[in-house]
Amino acid sequence: MLHDRDRIFTNLNGRHGADLQSSLKRGAWDGTKFLLEQGKDWIITEMKASGLRGRGGAGFPTGLKWSFMPKPQEGRPHYLVVNADESEPGTCKDREIMRNDPHLLIEGCMIASFAMHANACYVYLRGEYVREKEALQRAVDEAYAANLVGKNNVHGYPFDIYVHHGAGAYICGEETALLESLEGKKGMPRLKPPFPANMGLYGCPTTVNNVESIAVAGTILRRGGGWFAGLGKPNNTGTKLFSISGHVNRPCNVEEEMGITFRELVEKHCGGVRGGWDNLMAVIPGGSSVPLLPEHQCQDLSMDFDTLRNLKSGLGTAAVIVMDKSTDVIRAIARLSYFYKHESCGQCTPCREGTGWMWRVVSRMAEGRAEKREIDMLLEVTTQVEGHTICALGDAAAWPVQGLIRHYRHVIEQRIDDYTARSTPADHLVAAE
Amino acid sequence: MTKIIVDGAEVDVPAEYTILQACEAAGAEIPRFCYHERLSIAGNCRMCLVEVKGGPPKPVASCAMGVRDLRPGPEGQPPVVFTKSPMVKKAREGVMEFLLINHPLDCPICDQGGECDLQDQAMAYGVSGSRFAENKRAVEDKYIGPLVKTIMTRCIHCTRCVRFVAEVAGVSEMGAIGRGEDMEITTYLEHAMTSELQGNVIDLCPVGALTSRPYEFKARSWELSKTESVDVMDALGSAIRVDARGREVMRILPRMNEDVNEEWISDKTRFIWDGLKTQRLDRPYVREGGRLRPATWAEAFEAIAAKAKATSPERVGAIAGDLSTAEELFALKDLMGRLGVANLDARQDGSVSHPSNGRASYLFNAAIAGVEEADAILLIGTNPRLEAPVLNARIRKRWRHGGVKIALVGERADLTYGVDHVGAGTDSLTELVEGKHSFAKVLSEAKRPLVIVGAGALARADGLAILSAAAKLAKGSGEGADGWNGLSVLHSAASRVAALDLGVVPGEGGKTAAEMAAAGALDLVFLLGADEIDVAPGAFAVYVGSHGDRGAHRADVILPGAAYTEKSGVYVNTEGRPQMANRAAFPPGEAREDWAILRALSERLGHKLPYDSLPQLRAAMFAKAPHLAALDQIAAGSAADLDALAGLGGSFSGEAFVNAVQDFYLTNPIARASAVMAEMSALRRGAVAQAAE
Repeated sequence: MLHDRDRIFTNLNGRHGADLQSSLKRGAWDGTKFLLEQGKDWIITEMKASGLRGRGGAGFPTGLKWSFMPKPQEGRPHYLVVNADESEPGTCKDREIMRNDPHLLIEGCMIASFAMHANACYVYLRGEYVREKEALQRAVDEAYAANLVGKNNVHGYPFDIYVHHGAGAYICGEETALLESLEGKKGMPRLKPPFPANMGLYGCPTTVNNVESIAVAGTILRRGGGWFAGLGKPNNTGTKLFSISGHVNRPCNVEEEMGITFRELVEKHCGGVRGGWDNLMAVIPGGSSVPLLPEHQCQDLSMDFDTLRNLKSGLGTAAVIVMDKSTDVIRAIARLSYFYKHESCGQCTPCREGTGWMWRVVSRMAEGRAEKREIDMLLEVTTQVEGHTICALGDAAAWPVQGLIRHYRHVIEQRIDDYTARSTPADHLVAAE
Repeated sequence: MTKIIVDGAEVDVPAEYTILQACEAAGAEIPRFCYHERLSIAGNCRMCLVEVKGGPPKPVASCAMGVRDLRPGPEGQPPVVFTKSPMVKKAREGVMEFLLINHPLDCPICDQGGECDLQDQAMAYGVSGSRFAENKRAVEDKYIGPLVKTIMTRCIHCTRCVRFVAEVAGVSEMGAIGRGEDMEITTYLEHAMTSELQGNVIDLCPVGALTSRPYEFKARSWELSKTESVDVMDALGSAIRVDARGREVMRILPRMNEDVNEEWISDKTRFIWDGLKTQRLDRPYVREGGRLRPATWAEAFEAIAAKAKATSPERVGAIAGDLSTAEELFALKDLMGRLGVANLDARQDGSVSHPSNGRASYLFNAAIAGVEEADAILLIGTNPRLEAPVLNARIRKRWRHGGVKIALVGERADLTYGVDHVGAGTDSLTELVEGKHSFAKVLSEAKRPLVIVGAGALARADGLAILSAAAKLAKGSGEGADGWNGLSVLHSAASRVAALDLGVVPGEGGKTAAEMAAAGALDLVFLLGADEIDVAPGAFAVYVGSHGDRGAHRADVILPGAAYTEKSGVYVNTEGRPQMANRAAFPPGEAREDWAILRALSERLGHKLPYDSLPQLRAAMFAKAPHLAALDQIAAGSAADLDALAGLGGSFSGEAFVNAVQDFYLTNPIARASAVMAEMSALRRGAVAQAAE
């Protein structure tokens, strides 16, 4: 279990003030100028040494990502874009950072921008995050007033930060769709390559990072990459915010070490599974888009990127959705399917047509109004969507359904059998006219 | 050049190629819906997926991935691409299935049936059955104008139309609303599109979502006879294909011609064909007691011969129209020469273009494809969007590439690209010539300046002075590549360049068209399809032409001729490029090809023309004007002519420029007979309320 001395987000629950004075007391903006003076290369080396993997879901090493930015060229400014479009069902970690520890984020933006030759940073906020926007904007205004950021700030590196409020589309959390939306266009993902590091915002080199990845940067540099790397497991280092929701006694956001077991996470922080550990049925370990895991795989489950990937699931955003035995798992996945059908941007064929198809079939299966051969057909449809689309939304829509079929095929078959047994011949006659 | 291995065959392709282009270079066929060579890359249909060795374990969209983005093998071997592997086959089948689950199975009643990309590719790459047990999506049809009919349930969201309208046509009027499977293509608030090139979205649409409204349910593509021809609606001579069923022209489609129209045609070119069926002159008429009465050919010729015998050659004249072929013009000039008539002109609009100034003085010397090389463009007294929409698209293409400044002297207009409006009249031209305007510097420093002079700027008393000023401005810095000649005249009449090449201008002491049309100038006037000029009452008018338009109303004898789809002939476009138009159908009733009418008439007038067939006539014409025989090739004008022209000088009247084309949809007798063009014209003038209420 994580010691209090190793916590990065010391005000995650909002017990203390989010204002600048309180944040300074907790250590934000401490020695930022000194960190900047160590130079860009030092910052990137330390970030690489920390082993920090991107907290937005894909788990790409953050230090490596920062090092991909090209050499600065005249007339092509670099940009840092912070992805605060936290829309993945189950995920609610970034909002707490923005509400309660916004200065860690702003400081991180400054350091990351400095490391990547960017003088401007855009924070793209999810449309529904109105209070979060107010809190973050207040903090940005405070930082400007204290001359911590701005053209001639105390750190000696000209830096501007802008808070941009999106319109509430899930797809705008995809980095290139986010850039399109930020440019004022329709939020549709771009084709890659070119990647944002070469052609990003307004055609200029851009790095898009998750809020959490940026907010931890200041503390990592202050305490050294080695400290961060010492926490967690090899290749899955450091601390991570977990958002635990669903059928636990006390759903919460908590900062924990990577590699903590699922059982410890739930028992220590959430008061256990509703109705006791044995009442656990399934867990979606990383936000709605990763396949669920059945209860028997959760007994000694280590919450880290590699373990979960080996179980054909993923850590994603570490949004743990716990389901007890009262859950209708097919309906639960059907609801997720509806979400992806609703949020598909409609640009490319497999996702546009496939998400609706999958939702309709899974919905029928939730009623039992399907045939058993359709289970395999559905599985094949998910594989035709997965990997054939421009962005990862197609994959995200396919995985929950794949997880359902992988682990709960027997439940679907039972449901179909029950429905068939219930339906009387009279039912069939009615439909024919 | 980069090496790449496609299906085991190594090819060498330019590094900037996409995988799709490289595969085509290697002879592998890649199915596609959204990809189009002349539009930006969308990569959204996912039909062109291929497998790349060493890349991620998923197929990549070959239209969007560059060859240079591929990783070579561990020892630097060329990247390997598979287009026929099981993974690719499966991916294509998957995409095809997704495209078809919500596509209606109404091919039997779909106008696209038989020439549908989705149909063809479903046969080639799809599976035979459907596994989709849900209800299909239905989408409400959109009103996007009288030309393009929509059946939006068929739409596969490739966005070709959106990209065409935004990129080529230059009016951002189409787009997608909604998202996911509820995404719909529409115009803003279902307004009619305002582009003169909108018909091209019909060709671009790979399915039957956008089809031709006038052609709706008229014919099936496989029952049409297809004739390759050239267009005469403007002076560009766009390459077209005329599709006819029996005697009836059913539709007109573009052909590819990189030098002229790429693969676009204007709406007038495409939708003119209903005008070929109405207001037609199908038998000779003779005016008796103030009324035209149907007559036989013999009666009509008799009346003309009697009048000709009683008239001295000085009181006889001939005016040729804008849609005449070179052969007719040649025969007309020949006949007038034999009759001793000097009053001959093809310039109904009063243009000052004249062969005596050299061929370079009346050609679009830079050539249409040359627009793409220009680094400064000046438009004088022209609105290319109305006078030649396809040329306008070419200028827009050049503008989109960047590095060009464009200025306009004349009527202010929305040309779909950024234009500096210098001024409305000749005063602004003076400023440019004297270097007082900022754009003068741009022109004088340009390596390849392009000065486009509209027909309207030449059809005025000071036209020659304007042409001379334009020639001066077109010299630029003089550092241009060899052979660059930036003075470009944009004619609006298809027959004009051929007429000037053949010398269909007044002879010694002869009258011009305007003088001939004046009251009391002539006793007998032959109008060869001349409908754009008012001949004053008095003279006995003989009209040879296809439509009951202005010329026929004025005529005392009407000899029914053939429209451009009903005869074979050479048209020389504004660049000076002779092109052959071919007969797709026969003229109606007793109407005959115009050259044959002139030949028959000559016999009755006692001056028989010495050719009995079109090939003989053509041979005689080619002997006189050998450059016309070199079809599709431009015989360039000489640069010396331009220097002489630039030295001509002259004073300006100071009047504002007036464009040659005011109503794009009603510029010739065929267009004025077309109900579709009338509707479009009314819509553009705002006379008809939009249907979208």
